[in-house]
Amino acid sequence: MNFDFSDEQKLLQQTARDYLEANSPLTTCREILEGDQPYATDLWKGAAEMGWQGAVVPEQYGGAEFGYLELAMIAFEVGRALAPIPFGPSVYVATEAILRFGSDAQKGAWLPKLADGSAIGTFAFTEKPGQNAVAGIEASVSGGALSGTKLPVADGDVANVAIVAATEGGALGLYVVDLDGAGVTREGLDSFDMSRTQAKLAFDGAAAEKLAGADEAGIAKLLDVAAVLQAFEQVGAAERALEITREFILGRYAFGKPIAANQAIKHRMADLWCKVELARSNAYYAAWALSTDDPELATAAAIARISACEAFEDTTVEMIEFHGGVGYTWEYDCHLFYRRAKLLSSQLGTPKYWKNLLIDRLV
Amino acid sequence: MDFNDTPEEAAFRAEARTWLEANAELRGPDDDAPIMGENLSDENVAAAQAWQKKKADAGWACITWPKEYGGRGATPMENVIWNEEQARFKTPGDIFSIGIGMCGPTVMAHGTPEQQARWIPKLLSGEEVWCQLFSEPSAGSDLAGLRTTAVKDGDEWVVNGQKIWTSGAQICEWGILVVRTDPTVVKHAGLSYFVVNMKSPGIEIRPITQINKAQGFNEVFFTDVRIPDDQRLSEVGNGWSVALTTLMNERQSIGSGMGVGSLEDLVEFAEGIELDGKPAIEDTAVRERIADYVTKARGLKNTSLRTLTALSKGLPPGPEASMGKLVGAVLQQEAASFAMDLAGASGALLDDEVTPDGAAWQERYLSLPGLRIAGGTDEILRNIIAERVMGLPSDARADKGVAFKDIPTGPPQ
Repeated sequence: MNFDFSDEQKLLQQTARDYLEANSPLTTCREILEGDQPYATDLWKGAAEMGWQGAVVPEQYGGAEFGYLELAMIAFEVGRALAPIPFGPSVYVATEAILRFGSDAQKGAWLPKLADGSAIGTFAFTEKPGQNAVAGIEASVSGGALSGTKLPVADGDVANVAIVAATEGGALGLYVVDLDGAGVTREGLDSFDMSRTQAKLAFDGAAAEKLAGADEAGIAKLLDVAAVLQAFEQVGAAERALEITREFILGRYAFGKPIAANQAIKHRMADLWCKVELARSNAYYAAWALSTDDPELATAAAIARISACEAFEDTTVEMIEFHGGVGYTWEYDCHLFYRRAKLLSSQLGTPKYWKNLLIDRLV
Repeated sequence: MDFNDTPEEAAFRAEARTWLEANAELRGPDDDAPIMGENLSDENVAAAQAWQKKKADAGWACITWPKEYGGRGATPMENVIWNEEQARFKTPGDIFSIGIGMCGPTVMAHGTPEQQARWIPKLLSGEEVWCQLFSEPSAGSDLAGLRTTAVKDGDEWVVNGQKIWTSGAQICEWGILVVRTDPTVVKHAGLSYFVVNMKSPGIEIRPITQINKAQGFNEVFFTDVRIPDDQRLSEVGNGWSVALTTLMNERQSIGSGMGVGSLEDLVEFAEGIELDGKPAIEDTAVRERIADYVTKARGLKNTSLRTLTALSKGLPPGPEASMGKLVGAVLQQEAASFAMDLAGASGALLDDEVTPDGAAWQERYLSLPGLRIAGGTDEILRNIIAERVMGLPSDARADKGVAFKDIPTGPPQ
């Protein structure tokens, strides 16, 4: 029995943490959130030099070829740092889609650029509010030309390549679209978490290359993979939010004692700790299923997703509450976590969507 | 990450399995797992003692105990493997867990060689069953607030008072007992620790009927019960530190035996029951609730896998055991309540012929409040996590530095 990451994987994680602590303190997240830069470009380059974007990309395409467990550890640290880089959509979805379904030519064209960070990928999936999944996709491809509108697209204003969900002859599939090509219009949207930008993409006859094999089952698998990796990002961020909250309640005095000495607060902190640990355990199990391509990935990914969303959101809600008035100010960092929690639980399908999916998979 | 046994674990498992196959019958799918302590008939007790003796003779009793006390010095992980393997066979209910898990290790740690020679071998072989006499009506979570007294009289101590929640007291030969020997000092300093013969004159045992009608534990009354001084396990007044040894062993035995239901049977239940004319599992609200429960239950199961990994690396069980009970008991109680709701008006039936699933959810709903209290209430477990795991300040204590006799108390209950 060894349900734990190896010493080498933990070392990689520590290296990632050290790098992010030095190069991406929360002030970096705030600078992006408050400024005009869409993402932290130096941080993105630094991450690429360390091989993070190419963590699961084979060496022949310029990747570091670490493996999924290693990528999971990196994702955890990206989450802890609230790193303001377009990491998830590019690495967990776009790179993964091309790796999984791309032809040799498609891999050769995109993977080296995605792996070294010179290109940013994204996932253009939903088209309107209330939509979570494949149902209701109207974008369509005919003769290699894509038409339709995608909203919202994470990092859609800065991405170079999108994996677009669209139908062709009634069948749903995924298409690779060069966003710097003709027939693509971008419009930036106000993001709930301004440290991760979003956009509306309109396609009018844009050149679209089909990813063979990315049928509905393939798309479901892709979402499972992305959900597992993102769960690590969420649990990492939840852990950090809980640490910051703990420091605050130990230092804040009321009625002659630290507010952390009140059972009403201690007990809710204990409950949050349980939620984060349960989510961590579920993420671990899903990472194992992902790394071994076990059939249990389908249920494990849904479970990891549901508990990661809950753990992160609940932690940030209480984080603001326990900080009292200052927790509601722009100046304190609570809202950075609060925003990121909601952003990540909205991307890749909401918890409600995944709960129904989990039951589908269990019956 | 690898869920397979290491070569050493696999060898141990094979050895255990070989012995079990030669000495016990495999459990069939319809054979219920034995429940500890709820049916202590003479026949069941004799069967449990015979099985323990058989294991002891072959070196499979108390496997985590050191070899010099008759154990095999097994690791916590080997103990988990043994329990997994034994669970595959039809074996009698376990009436020895308190003796083996808590009493024996305490005697080993604090007893004299004479005391150990007198008690350990018969405890190991199952010949003498042990119980633990700690809790009192006014000393549950605040264990050190206990009021049963012992007064020295020559070479003996005279004990008066009442213990409660004593599992298996009626079948036991021996009990471990914490009492107050000095009420004029602070509460932790005035305690002493004894081993008491449960057949002593002056001991009266009254079974307690639980809300599910089971009788798992007892009240034990002491009226001028005399205990020889050579059955004292601590220096006079140092009983609390001995009790802590017992409690640490309790945590270890709970931690290594942690098991949490999956709740995936709730999915099956909701498939089989109609809610307003269609299978309940097709209702979105039902699906989402069940998904929540299953997600938490899997989280607990996956956390216990992390605990097993720590055990297999030789680390002691951590606070995960507290979390397992805290989250798991509430979760099971809520899920049982939800299943009863799905049954509509029939949810209020306890009739196992008519009620879906043979009233299993109703039985669970009735037994779960007990699980939330036993071994530490939710509130105590949250304090443990908050204070010992997260390092938050401990509660302010009104009894700090106060002589026991001066500590304010409520009216007697």
